[in-house]
Amino acid sequence: MSADLLGWWGVPLAVLAGAIRVSTPFLFVSLGECITEKSGRINLGLEGTLVMGAMSGYAVSYLTGSPWLGVLAAGCAGAVFGILHALICSLPRVNDIAVGIALMLFGIGLAFFLGKPFIQPQAPNLPSIPFGSWSDNAQVQDSLRINALFLIGVVLAPALLWCFRNTRWGLILRTVGDSADAARALGYAVNRVRLFATAGGGFLAGIGGSFLSLSYPGSWSEGLSSGQGITAVALVIFARWNPMLCFWASLLFGGAAALGPALQSVGITQGYYLFNAAPYLLTLLIMILTCSRDRTLAGAPGELGVTR
Amino acid sequence: MTSTIKFSRRAVLQGTAGLGAAALAAGLPFGSAQAKDIAIGFIYVGPRDDFGYNQAHAQGAAALKKLGGFKVLEEENVPETVAVEKTMESMINLDGAALVFPTSFGYYNPHMIKLAKKYDKVRFLHCGGLWSDKDPANAGSYFGYIDEAQYLSGIVAGYTSKTGKLGFIAAKPIPQVLRNINAFTLGARLANPNVTTQVIFTGDWSMPVKEAEATNGLINQGVDVVTCHVDSPKVIAETAEKRGIMVCGYHVDQSKLAPKGYLTGAEWNWEALYPKLAKSVQGGEKLPNLVRGGLKEGVVKTSAYGALVHEKARKHADDIKAKLTAGSYVIFKGPIKDNKGNTVIASGTERGQTDIELEKMNYLVEGVLGALA
Repeated sequence: MSADLLGWWGVPLAVLAGAIRVSTPFLFVSLGECITEKSGRINLGLEGTLVMGAMSGYAVSYLTGSPWLGVLAAGCAGAVFGILHALICSLPRVNDIAVGIALMLFGIGLAFFLGKPFIQPQAPNLPSIPFGSWSDNAQVQDSLRINALFLIGVVLAPALLWCFRNTRWGLILRTVGDSADAARALGYAVNRVRLFATAGGGFLAGIGGSFLSLSYPGSWSEGLSSGQGITAVALVIFARWNPMLCFWASLLFGGAAALGPALQSVGITQGYYLFNAAPYLLTLLIMILTCSRDRTLAGAPGELGVTR
Repeated sequence: MTSTIKFSRRAVLQGTAGLGAAALAAGLPFGSAQAKDIAIGFIYVGPRDDFGYNQAHAQGAAALKKLGGFKVLEEENVPETVAVEKTMESMINLDGAALVFPTSFGYYNPHMIKLAKKYDKVRFLHCGGLWSDKDPANAGSYFGYIDEAQYLSGIVAGYTSKTGKLGFIAAKPIPQVLRNINAFTLGARLANPNVTTQVIFTGDWSMPVKEAEATNGLINQGVDVVTCHVDSPKVIAETAEKRGIMVCGYHVDQSKLAPKGYLTGAEWNWEALYPKLAKSVQGGEKLPNLVRGGLKEGVVKTSAYGALVHEKARKHADDIKAKLTAGSYVIFKGPIKDNKGNTVIASGTERGQTDIELEKMNYLVEGVLGALA
């Protein structure tokens, strides 16, 4: 058995595999938030949406026996939360950040409440595609067992970027996000565009949640998310509102999360607290390196609360 | 002396009548049951159906409910912050709890100690074995020597592992966790002296994604039996089963999650301890400040063996279990070296379960691959 082990080479492989496995929820939530923020609104409630998506996806998968129906249900639950956020925010003098925090707490609470009966039963999980079957090495096989949702995310990121840049819809979205007044002058209904953008963002975040409960780690429990939704919202700023950068940033965070366990499993055990803190150190470092006194963040939609 | 506040006779009469009526109304619906039923509060740090630490306590609380004569109060997902003080105060003030079980490690100091000083009529029992003479007399600790059950898991794991590599996913390097890792490894090396245990610390008690990542990492390094000391072993058991390796459970029976690969497990037996403690409160006895026990006292137990555990492993484990239950076996018996080569327990020294030195454990024994910081 030990002959086909990779030893030290296992670390980069484990980090890569971890990046693919751990990054998917980050990817979906950050792509969703990217759409929402491009329209000029921040939805901080995506942590709640993520947990709600994880719960409803698991529940529907358990009740119907079909994990893909679970994914759809998770997306719909996320969209409902997005619509709720958009509707409340379209009222006059409502702060989108405060509403987001309220919806985050509401989503988590509701998911815990409704999710109680689904902690114990086991629901069917999403299938993974074994890209590593050419190798006889168990580790390579395991690392390349990639979930279909990740592949959808891989396609989605450049597609979104293309849509933002080259389609009429993308232009409307960016106009609304950069200047609501200009959009109104052009005859676009600002609130309706934002409603669609927030609903779409919630849909993707819900799907991100269903990945947590239906693929990796693959079961519903109340500690499942542990702040990944919030991290993903921060990733969007980190990625400068660019879907492709969101993709790379998600991979980076996934890989960093896998670093600690991977190093410990090959026997590098000193300083694991530091490795576990790696993603956050990295964020701080990049934020410090890229900040500037002279300009606001490049790529930030003009209507966004944080940059005004 | 003349009082400046004057009440008219009518006001005083009305007030007294009102109070009387209120007292009557409050007393009536409860009747005589209230005098007898003792309210007992349980506080959990996570969900009470987590297939782990909190579920073990909740099963104990459920056993108490079944007994009758007690009003069982439960609150879950209470963080180890000032929030637990609020929960305890509301259990005491609103529900009249006479005994409170704050079951998580971090509830003890300063939170429980502060309230034990404030409410000296209420009894506080904390799970973790932290009580010392300096702490209030109405406070106390209880804990089980679950390392005895981990030792037995280790024996079984040592026999059934084909690669000789075991994995241990732990939350934090505190003495109780280290004791489990060391006992598991000592047990495994009893079965097969060449076995190693690779340990991974995740950094916190409940990190599902990191635990799954750690399990996969261990399996990729050739580990074929994993066990753990985290709050909810659910993710670890499921990941191990998915990847086709074996798993030893912790806290409660997880055989349902890993029907093929589940070997055995170290379980709490709060179902036995809680009714015992509650009954002594009912009888008006003074509760002990420190309750400790292992297999002998029935505070811990082991899961039933899985199908993969062969006859030889069962026999050896059962043999040691019988000795532990009789109290005639010492796990931490010198000479024991740590994994850096230093002798930590000298030859001829026996550290029995009650030995206070074991509570300060700050090393990993020979055979464990890992470090504390």
